Amino acid sequence: MPLVYYLLLSALLFIIGVAGVLLRRNAIVIFMSIELMLNAVNLTFVAFAAHWENLEGQIFVFFVMVVAAAEVAVGLALIVAVFRVKETVFVDEINLMKW
Amino acid sequence: MAINLSTILFFVFAAVALGAAIMMILHRNPVYSAIYLIVAFFALAGFYVLLNAPFVASVHIIVYAGAIMVLFLFVIMLLNLKHDPIRERGKIARRVFATLLVLILLAEIAVLIGGSILSPNSDGAIAAQQTIVGLANGSSDTTTVVGNTKAIGKELFTTYILPFEIASVLLLVGIIGAVILAKQKLTT
Repeated sequence: MPLVYYLLLSALLFIIGVAGVLLRRNAIVIFMSIELMLNAVNLTFVAFAAHWENLEGQIFVFFVMVVAAAEVAVGLALIVAVFRVKETVFVDEINLMKW
Repeated sequence: MAINLSTILFFVFAAVALGAAIMMILHRNPVYSAIYLIVAFFALAGFYVLLNAPFVASVHIIVYAGAIMVLFLFVIMLLNLKHDPIRERGKIARRVFATLLVLILLAEIAVLIGGSILSPNSDGAIAAQQTIVGLANGSSDTTTVVGNTKAIGKELFTTYILPFEIASVLLLVGIIGAVILAKQKLTT
């Protein structure tokens, strides 16, 4: 497959992720959309790694996965902590830092 | 572009990934959203196999479908969320803003990638059996297939040893932070 098809696909996946972050109000679904965006970028990395016959892209994907895993652990812990206080995960109703 | 198995598989995986991603952001119930996201992740793993990256594909399945999405489902069920369409619906101005932003991004892609498809010398096809001749540090087995797990491991533990160790520290910090955040009650 030509590289441009992979770039187009990952750009579309990234846009779907952006739309999810902007349209949904549920913090967990917003988190899942962020994961989708990270994966769209990973697909770009692997596509370029195959295109340029270079392994560095795949190694970067490895590090992106590490960061994503740490981010999900901390983020979900934050959602649980906020849910304990506010009894909601809808971001419209979480305005602790607004004044 | 010749119609061969990898081309067909690409379009099948692309349809599955895009459909699952769209269903993920549209479905009202977060549990179904998580399941659709897992489907999209499996399709992405299929792309990694097509791109000669079996190590990335397997790690992707293990880490994302295996660990991260289980964590998501666990939290969704722990919080016992009822899906509430009235609270889910955002303000109308924000929805319009979001749609506009998405359309602008789509137009950007159309301009950027549409131009490169139409131009005659777009790019060479990614051959299925491309070989990489040696790594940057000149490893002994010079002819290794792209995505070879051995080559990735060698690179990871020589050139990228410092980022690798920093990543492990990052994971440790993440674990500690998650435990501390989830354990104690925040005070308002």
